[in-house]
Amino acid sequence: MNMANLTFHERVSDALANPAAHQAVGRGARKFTANRAQAVANFPQMDALRDRARLIRARTVSKLDVFLAEFADNVEANGGCVFWAQNAADANDYVVKLAGAGDVRQVVKSKSMVTEEIELNHALEAAGVQVVESDLGEFIIQLAGEKPSHIIAPVLHKTRAQVGELFQEKLNTPYTDDPFALNDIARAHLRDIFLSADMGISGVNFGVAESGTLSLVTNEGNGRFCTTTPRIHVALMGMERLVPTLADLATMLPVLEISATGQGLTVYNNLITGPRRPGEPDGPEELHVVILDNGRSDALATEVAEILYCIRCGACMNICPVYRSIGGHAYGSVYPGPLGSVVTPALMGLDQWHQLPHASTLCGACKDICPVRIDIPRLLLQLRDVSSRADHSPAWLKTGMRIYGTIAQRPGLFRLGMRIGSVATRLLAKKGWLNTLPPPLNGWTDHRAFHALAKKSFRQLWTERKTTEHPL
Amino acid sequence: MVEILEAQGIAVEFSCDQTCCGQPAFNGGFWNDARAMARHTLDVFSMTAGPIVVPSGSCADMIAHRYPELLRDDMEYVSKAKHVAVRTYEFTQFLVDELGLSDAGASCRGRAAYHPSCHGLRGLNLCEQPQTLLAHVDGLEQVELPCAEECCGFGGLFSVTMSAISGAMLERKLDHLIASGADMLVGSDVSCLMHMAGGLQRRGSQIAVKHIAEVLNEHG
Repeated sequence: MNMANLTFHERVSDALANPAAHQAVGRGARKFTANRAQAVANFPQMDALRDRARLIRARTVSKLDVFLAEFADNVEANGGCVFWAQNAADANDYVVKLAGAGDVRQVVKSKSMVTEEIELNHALEAAGVQVVESDLGEFIIQLAGEKPSHIIAPVLHKTRAQVGELFQEKLNTPYTDDPFALNDIARAHLRDIFLSADMGISGVNFGVAESGTLSLVTNEGNGRFCTTTPRIHVALMGMERLVPTLADLATMLPVLEISATGQGLTVYNNLITGPRRPGEPDGPEELHVVILDNGRSDALATEVAEILYCIRCGACMNICPVYRSIGGHAYGSVYPGPLGSVVTPALMGLDQWHQLPHASTLCGACKDICPVRIDIPRLLLQLRDVSSRADHSPAWLKTGMRIYGTIAQRPGLFRLGMRIGSVATRLLAKKGWLNTLPPPLNGWTDHRAFHALAKKSFRQLWTERKTTEHPL
Repeated sequence: MVEILEAQGIAVEFSCDQTCCGQPAFNGGFWNDARAMARHTLDVFSMTAGPIVVPSGSCADMIAHRYPELLRDDMEYVSKAKHVAVRTYEFTQFLVDELGLSDAGASCRGRAAYHPSCHGLRGLNLCEQPQTLLAHVDGLEQVELPCAEECCGFGGLFSVTMSAISGAMLERKLDHLIASGADMLVGSDVSCLMHMAGGLQRRGSQIAVKHIAEVLNEHG
């Protein structure tokens, strides 16, 4: 199934028609939220740390040019190469050429959302390079030929039975749905690839400007394998993923890790400062850092620039009742959930993605849980405003709202409208309820009955009361 | 609401010139239409003095928090918006925080589940106020609503334009409500109640749906 060819509503229908995925997503997301709540309860400093994390991100994004230059200088001083990629094609070309120049036949990857964003795997495979995902979730996704449905847990939509069947089919192993046994199968399969791969590709959780250090957190240890065993390590990062200092990193890491998985400390916290130095026993010969813009500079100049504070923890999607209902694939972007509904149109344009900012009830749960306190509902509202001015709204809604707004400024007309509504709905209702409304209002009655308006409005009752009890 | 306020010795005024606060347009992204409605509402309320009490958390949040932002480039109205914002209270917020009331003197039989609507809960920090008032209603048993703080799926225009998602969220909320064993659903936001009542009607449920003012005004 090619998700890109479906409309948003078609993807939502598909998601809602798949109860197994629906339940798996709901269960997984709730578990993440509960784990986070437990971790926060055990860590009373969390709120203060979140305030500080927000300040760090705000300062970084407001002086991004300065910190980027400092970071790049330090990466180079440490013996690494820096490539500035304006867009996805630039980044992919660079990595493909690097693979060609280094005679790379096999690439092993650790989980990276930026490489999903630019579809790096496709570019490498088109150039004849074999790419193997080594994060367990991404490995499963790759075997299934799908896309991740969550930025932290790519296979949140799958049950372990489905993974067992997939391994049986693709890896010819006996069926099991025991998570430990499944893990062992993947581990055995990946071990040789780690040792034979010529290039390791990773993302970056944070780049540290003052030292040129790359911070990478994983729970499986695969990330460390990817960045140390192959000859060449390529790290790709969104250009906003910086912190000024190592002290700032010490604030950001617990905030990220608690928010993402509820762990006080992720299992593998890697700090990479340059390639292998003379005399060191391991590490890559070459380190390349690809800094990706791909719409981020443009986003910086808009009303939704605050979304660049995001540290990609996924807490907003875990708590989001919309995400819990439809899962990640329905959003159609590699960045789903409340974060994705802002960042996708911000990076890739509202023309294609104008539905996403509307895929929210504005309930505010994402704002409350965001570790760097991004006011996501406000950003969604900003995008809705931009979108309606760019004429993305359905004509009936635009005209309807104009008429409603005009009536609402004229109290006499408003009263008349309410009376007409009252008479009409009571006339059509059976026992006080309407079971069908004409398009476009059938969206309401597709899922719930509509109660007829009251015979007398509050203002009528009020007027009657005033004239009888307290004559004017 | 009027009768409850009057029972507390408060004189209530209502201007028949008030209409809609403009939240549907604001949340739909039609900010120019929303600004026009906001200006009208501000004109009406600027002619009055004293606290403005709103029987809906989301409308109160709109007036108290969104107007100043929506009209920030309008020198004349932004100051009107700020003056009106500080006078604006949601109904239970006014009773508990401003009047210091915890017992409205109501009595009502039933097992009530309270749904905290999102804009009240997260926009106005409405949490304990309605619970306190309900706890003092004679004869009323409060039952816990599982996952109470998860949105019911109404979301204004979302309920029509994204109706399939809204419907899925509604079903989950109603499952929780039925599991709670309540025979009454109480809330402080009419729109969410209308959405959930419509869903209960489809299920043929006997659970009654009431605005908190209705419960607080029962004496039977």
